[in-house]
This record gives sequence, C-alpha cells and structure tokens, in this order.
Amino acid sequence: MQARIWGCRGSIATPGPETIRYGGNTSCVEIRGDADEVIVLDAGTGARPLGNELMSDPPARVDLLLTHLHVDHLEGLGMFGPIWSPGTELHIWGPPSPVASLDERIATYFSPPLFPVHLAEVPARVRFHDAPREPWTIGSVTVTAHPILHPGATVGYRLESAGRAIAYVTDHEPALGTDLDAVDASWISGYALARRADVLIHDCQYTDDEYAAHVGWGHPSVTHVAAFARRVEADRLVMFHHHPGHGDEALDAMRDDMLSAWQVESERCILAAEGARIDV
Amino acid sequence: MSTTSAAQHHLVLILARDFASRLATAVFLVDERGSVIYYNEAAERVLGRKYIEGAGMDADEWGTLFAPSDDDGNPIELSELPLGVAILERRPDHRMLRIRSADGIRHRIEATAFPLFAHEDECLGAIAIFWKRDDDPSKDTRGGSETDAPGRDG
Repeated sequence: MQARIWGCRGSIATPGPETIRYGGNTSCVEIRGDADEVIVLDAGTGARPLGNELMSDPPARVDLLLTHLHVDHLEGLGMFGPIWSPGTELHIWGPPSPVASLDERIATYFSPPLFPVHLAEVPARVRFHDAPREPWTIGSVTVTAHPILHPGATVGYRLESAGRAIAYVTDHEPALGTDLDAVDASWISGYALARRADVLIHDCQYTDDEYAAHVGWGHPSVTHVAAFARRVEADRLVMFHHHPGHGDEALDAMRDDMLSAWQVESERCILAAEGARIDV
Repeated sequence: MSTTSAAQHHLVLILARDFASRLATAVFLVDERGSVIYYNEAAERVLGRKYIEGAGMDADEWGTLFAPSDDDGNPIELSELPLGVAILERRPDHRMLRIRSADGIRHRIEATAFPLFAHEDECLGAIAIFWKRDDDPSKDTRGGSETDAPGRDG
C-alpha cells in the first residue's frame, strides 16, 4: 500500500504563506492498494485536488472512508471530481448513527441552501454503507473500523494488506479521562486499530499548553500522542490534523517536542505534508 | 469481553468506565454476559471488596456473593436483581434491596440498572448505580447499615 497526503489541516482550510510547507487543505488521504484500489480517507478540501488528478484517468470504483461528518472532513466532497462522473461507482463508508442514515446525514451539508445540488442528484453511482462492525475487504485491502473518542459518531480505520498495516486515527482524544501510561491497554480508545501499525496517521492538534484549555474538544496534545504511539507500539507516526493556527515553524517545533516525548529515532516521526507519499 | 476486538473494550464501555470513575455514587459495570468489568471506589466501599479483587466475577458469583434479599429477608434471585434484569431482559430496572458486603456489613440499598446498547441490536453490557439508604423501615438502622461480622450469623 501507499498513502498520499492531500490535506492534513484540521478544523478549517488555511492557505497562505504561513502554511506553505505542510499545506492548508483539510483532511484527505489517498490510499492505493497493492491491486491499485483507490481508497480515500476523508473528504476535506484536499479531496478537490485529489479528484482532479483521479479524473485524468477515471477509476471505475472509488471507496471513500469517512471518519465522521464534521465539515472539515466533508467539505471537499462537492468538489471531488469522481462524484460528477457518471462512470464512477463511488462507495461512501461512514460511522453508523442511531439517528439517521449516512446519506441523510451527509445530505444535511450536501443540499440547498448550503450546497446548490442535492446529494441524490449527483451523476456518480453512489452507494452508502455504515462502516461494518467486523472487518471487510476492498479488493486486496482489509479494512477495520472502530468507534473512537471524539464528539459525535466517529470511527478510525485500519487498513491491512500483504502483512502491512496503516491506521488512520484522526480527530481523537484518547487521553480524555485516561492516564495513557498507566491504564491497561484494553481501556485505551483506538488501541486495537493502531496496535503495531506500520504507519499510524494520528491527530496531533494541540501543544501541551494549548490542550489545557481544550480538554474534551476531541483532540490530543503532543504528549498524549507520544504516549499513544508508545502504547500501541507504532512503527512510524504521521502527525496529522494540524491546528489552523500552527504555521510551518510551529509544526516543526511540535515535531521536536514529539521526538522528546516519544524518545524514538527521528525518521519514525513525520509531519504530514500535502503531496507527501508514504510507503506502508 | 465486550470488545471492538480481542485487544480492546468497546468505546461505549471505555466511556462508561471513565464516567463511573469520576462519580462519588457507587457504579457497577458488567459485560454482555454479566461478568464484572469495572466498579468504582464508591462501590468498593459499599461492597467491601476492591475492584481489583472483584474484576472478572461472573453473574452467578456476584449475584450470590453479596447475599441480596428483600426487606423481609427473602433472597433475591439474579433474574430479579436490577442488574440481572438489565442483562437478561435487556431493559432497565430499579428496586430496593439488602446486601451483605464482602466484609460482613449489611446495607439497605436502592439500585437502578440499565443495559448499554451501542446499536439497537448490539448490547455491550449493563451498568448499575446504587445508593445506601438510611430509611430502613424494619430495622433500628444506625445509619442504614449494621455490622454483621463473621460468626454473628453463622
């Protein structure tokens, strides 16, 4: 598998000179399976440039895995090229809700007056799926979805192929009410998804100082992510979902803090950056 | 183990445990089969047994260990305990009852239990919240509890 980052900003898109190196588009990651399956993780504004590239050679099938429906993970769907292509079979997976179906919840955003076209009217053949409780396969890739700790229905994903695993656990506050260093691992949100992942893409929104004023907002601090990575024994960590107020230099400093807290070799800790390709 | 996998409890249970750990009210948490997966410090005080000693007890064990009875001293079966109802019938229940803690103290308690559903068809376990009650109608209560030290009741 290979991952490519198309958007790694959290909360709201932040284009500008302060975010040149790591990018300002919101969450979107492209995964290519070993059989060239096209799997897209979240549809933030990074879905627009990804969609443009996909349309240069339109795939017959695209699987979009949504972690949750907060706008920064959904706002790119309307500008995602394949959704406007009648030849595309677009499978959208997302967290189940006891309140409404996945298509109804997406259409809350993807319909007038917030968007000019209703979701039911797009040309692509769209299929909606509640993320199953048990692992399922997309071509050669086995996908597992588990609920994770974030306000509202939210899941993380683990994708496995040929003995390799990538975990996508963004918008996640695993230390809320929990001492990650002390608690038994079975009580850590996201543990089963991220356990011994070759690549762990994890929310890293706050510095430790910022977190103190944002407890319960659904995002972790650097120290929490370091503890989580240590507990799950991740091989490589990709710091993701950058705070919109963190420019490139601030992110570099957070990575230094992460290395100090996690105490691993430098190459095992990566700051997500638009355009970056990561071999799994 | 009610889990998302063999390695981890379901998020609903993680949140339930966290919630319970912050309450001064006694809370008892069991998995879908009724085995104990957590109880908090307030429950430890009422039950006279540390969580670490009680973790993993199955329903038959905790359903008899604390000798639950009604105000007339008639034993209450597991299926009639609020937590038993929540597990066996998948519905909430509430009642007054008497128990004897593991260290021999009799308490009159009021308990409410309800099942924990992650989805309409996915019951992960159940949670019971209980209070010691001082308004014992049939006893000179001395605060609702009376010592029943080993040997006193045979």
